Amino acid sequence: MMPKNVLGIIYSNSYDASLGALTARRTMGSVPFGGRYRLIDFALSNFVNCGITKVGVIANSNFHSLMDHVGSGRPWDLSRKVDGLYMLPPFTPRQTELDANDRIEALNRIMDFISHSKQEYVLLVDSNVICNIDLSKLFNFHEEKNADITIAYANGKAPKLGRTMALSLDENDKLTGVGIDVKTDSDVNYSANIILIRKALLERLIGDAESYAYTSFEKDLIQKNVSHLNIYGYKINDWNCTIDSVETYFNANMALLEKATRKSLFSAERPVYTKVRNDMPVVYGIGSKCENSLIADGCQIEGTVKNSIIFRGVRVAKGAVVENSILMQDAFVGEDAKLNCVIMDKNTVITPKKTLSGDKSYPLFVGKEIVI
Amino acid sequence: MAKKTECIAMLLAGGQGSRLGVLTKNIAKPAVPYGGKYRIIDFPLSNCVNSGIYTVGVLTQYQPLELNDYIGNGGPWDLDRANGGVHILSPYQQIKGTEWYKGTANAIYQNIQFIDRYNPEYVAVLSGDHIYKMDYAKMLQFHKEKDAACTIAMLEVPWEEASRFGLMFTDDDGRITAFEEKPKNPKSNKASMGVYMFTWEKLRQYLIDDENDPNSSNDFGKNVIPAMHEAGERLFAYGFEGYWKDVGTIDSLWEANLDLLNPKANIDLSDSAWKIYGRGAVTAPQYVSDKAVIENSIAAEGCEIEGKIDYSVLFSNVTVEEGAFVDYSIVMPGAVIKKGAVVQYAMVAENAVIEEGAVVGENPEKCDNLENWGVSVVGAGVTVGKNAVVKAQSMISEDVKEGETV
Repeated sequence: MMPKNVLGIIYSNSYDASLGALTARRTMGSVPFGGRYRLIDFALSNFVNCGITKVGVIANSNFHSLMDHVGSGRPWDLSRKVDGLYMLPPFTPRQTELDANDRIEALNRIMDFISHSKQEYVLLVDSNVICNIDLSKLFNFHEEKNADITIAYANGKAPKLGRTMALSLDENDKLTGVGIDVKTDSDVNYSANIILIRKALLERLIGDAESYAYTSFEKDLIQKNVSHLNIYGYKINDWNCTIDSVETYFNANMALLEKATRKSLFSAERPVYTKVRNDMPVVYGIGSKCENSLIADGCQIEGTVKNSIIFRGVRVAKGAVVENSILMQDAFVGEDAKLNCVIMDKNTVITPKKTLSGDKSYPLFVGKEIVI
Repeated sequence: MAKKTECIAMLLAGGQGSRLGVLTKNIAKPAVPYGGKYRIIDFPLSNCVNSGIYTVGVLTQYQPLELNDYIGNGGPWDLDRANGGVHILSPYQQIKGTEWYKGTANAIYQNIQFIDRYNPEYVAVLSGDHIYKMDYAKMLQFHKEKDAACTIAMLEVPWEEASRFGLMFTDDDGRITAFEEKPKNPKSNKASMGVYMFTWEKLRQYLIDDENDPNSSNDFGKNVIPAMHEAGERLFAYGFEGYWKDVGTIDSLWEANLDLLNPKANIDLSDSAWKIYGRGAVTAPQYVSDKAVIENSIAAEGCEIEGKIDYSVLFSNVTVEEGAFVDYSIVMPGAVIKKGAVVQYAMVAENAVIEEGAVVGENPEKCDNLENWGVSVVGAGVTVGKNAVVKAQSMISEDVKEGETV
């Protein structure tokens, strides 16, 4: 299967609510991650690295920051005459009130876009899943298995998101059963919601869904069709993470401090592209201390930073100590301030000598543009 | 004829930069990396867009491959435009034969057709090997106010250094009364920065006259400007204050990099009102491990730092392993400094590898003979073997074997 023959679709609002205040004024896709990225960068980069040339981004609400970030798609080489990047915002205000997780409604809305695309296959992905995988392997798998639908899955504890599919597979990776929101603490094969499907089949399924007033993609289109369609599961072996809470978001960031995670997520063959900001490199002042941290360009570090993720343009003043924290773009930590387990959103300010502390299982969140 | 453009810039980027030795073996001088994530040419290009000049001709000649690749369509500088934008101008074949750019003036002469297409009123002639931030719009304003034929940007340099520069004498109005080229006993400290603003109509004629003069070496500083001066044209000096550095030598390039760490040097690249743009590497943020000690330094994205870094500039994707020490040094993109290696008072070019225990460069305070001291340079892609020693002032373009001293 030629990647050019696959249309990539990203849900930018996937499970916004699971991140609470972090997504108060942005989509899941535009949540900052890993020092210089937004979550949507991983999906977009996976697409273009395997050769997909046409991408639609479904946006239901709160998508200003997303539009600002993706722009014309230039950083991903998706600003093109033929194909390229398409933002797909809602037609009418009514649609923004719909449940953002309702895949059927979202797909129904963009069915014209899908039908008019010349690609024969559609790849649906969520923006709350972080991974760097070679999708062409998934396409080959789909072809070898002669599958109708292929669902990429990961093994582990199922994310606590509504409608999470737990897949039962036979020895040939064929789907034999689907559990939805299974109540278990043991590891399961949970869907990473990376779903490859022939366009004609998707059109038929969405058409059926409308006729029968189906409301759940997972229940009505996948679970009910387990015995009627050839549905296969494709295991993701690379590092991956599904964000389902502020805690997993925090831990996923911290996982980048492990060399193996960085190797898997930031591979040289499959770079992760993002919007360029043209900041100067990091400046370390006299007496600065930095340990086990990830630091992006444009930062000025005069104080101490430990076990933290520091985004572009952050300033840590003299005597300040930042530990186990995530500091987003242009955050400022004043002199002698102390932070532990804190997530500071964009443009936040901690004035000198303040002490803020959260817990690893419940990091303290400082919302966008707040001054403490 | 195209829509009238008030001012276009011609950027002289053909220089070999032979005094930079191994650093310009395969690349032109303007493409030499600077400041952790930039190349020298980013400065004049960013100055142009920040000054509102959106038509820039880049004149290339020596080893243009990497430079052409780097500039591409000009996107990173916002110079991919429907009207104007950045154009690479290499010497080309003409009916009367092919000619290399014989000198700076000849390079512009050969591109008169290009300039005429934009029908500009003014042409800025810039050189591609200086580090500075300058608003050419203000200089143009000055040029217009003075009704000048040519305005030359001028910097007051310390008297003891004045003999290294082309100097100018001016009257109270700023009009240039005389020139002095690198004199032994300077009587002026007003140095030319190699940044010119011309009224195109005037310059066009002087370029044609200069080309017809068989004795001319077709150079702006040596021929065209003096000719304009002798003919009584209005030549003015535009005073510039701020950081400016010609990075034509190993020492000055090394110093210019370390100037970024010196607050007194007055070169601030974090100013969001005058950003320096560049084509950045696509890479993850830098990782600093719990073994690392990093102080008073600059490091770009993609670095993996486990060693000790002091007073140094690390470019993107540099690896410094545990126990390695980088001091007063410039380490260019992709270089690897292995366990226990020492890099001091040195420049390590792109993708070079310093193996375990190797020592590159010498600390002048511990050097027996200061006469022989100088910055050491390791060329691009060179491997310095285990426990090898690269002495002060050495310039290495071939691999150094294990244990060898060069």
